[in-house]
Amino acid sequence: MDEKPRILSILDGVTVLTLLIATVMVFFYAPTELIMGLVQKVFYFHVAVAWVGMLGFIVAAVAGIAYLRTNDQKWDVVGLAAVELSLVFFFIAIIMGSIWARPAWNTWWTWDPRLTTAAIIELVYAAYLMLRQGIEDPTRRARFGAVYALVAVITVPITFLSIRLARTIHPVVIGSNDPAAQGSFDMSPAMKTTFFFSLFSFTIVFVDFFWHRIRLGKLAEKVESLRMKAMS
Amino acid sequence: MEFLQSSPPDTSAYMIAGYAVFFCVFFLYITSMFVRNRNLKRDLETLNDVTKE
Repeated sequence: MDEKPRILSILDGVTVLTLLIATVMVFFYAPTELIMGLVQKVFYFHVAVAWVGMLGFIVAAVAGIAYLRTNDQKWDVVGLAAVELSLVFFFIAIIMGSIWARPAWNTWWTWDPRLTTAAIIELVYAAYLMLRQGIEDPTRRARFGAVYALVAVITVPITFLSIRLARTIHPVVIGSNDPAAQGSFDMSPAMKTTFFFSLFSFTIVFVDFFWHRIRLGKLAEKVESLRMKAMS
Repeated sequence: MEFLQSSPPDTSAYMIAGYAVFFCVFFLYITSMFVRNRNLKRDLETLNDVTKE
């Protein structure tokens, strides 16, 4: 594999630093919300990981378009990296949301439109990874991945809009809440700063991890082609 | 009786659980990337030796 670029090493440092600052802000700078107490602090990272989760699924769809236009295998590596990373982040978002829901809604899980669409998104992209495994031919696998990512991305706007268009108990952070929403709160300036810094921090984390995952994918591709060569 | 509440409820255990899950999954993923990278490098070295022979 190519030597690690210097800019990636710098990005690693920036990632650690911003994540550290975000963590400190969540625990020591953001005030405790009066109604929910300390569990409200889960919200900062919960929204941030959900944001990068959705971002990755969109990136995978864009990579899918790029692959179908160019037939360049590198776009398959990019798409796979984005999906894998987003699945991890979205999984964290679902679990953190469930933990927040227990004291806020008095239940770990409910089939609310947002929770249902979030579960669907996670299952749809988990299926993407599983189905890819069953295709041996790299070209067919890449074409399948591209088309799948393009179709699956429809779940992203559905999930995003589910709390804005459907009747739901899930609070809306930016925009107006449904009257049935439970656990919503007004953000103080310190809360807003922490929230937006967390979003920024996780965007950096995503870029850094994405780059590492693409490099890993390229290495896997190299090993696979060498294995084919050795076998033939 | 939220309007009679003088201090926030103690929900610290849920906050700790939430962030514990976050950091566990986060570091598990980093470890998984590191292990996969190491294994692939090892495979690459072996395959390079095989193809040279």
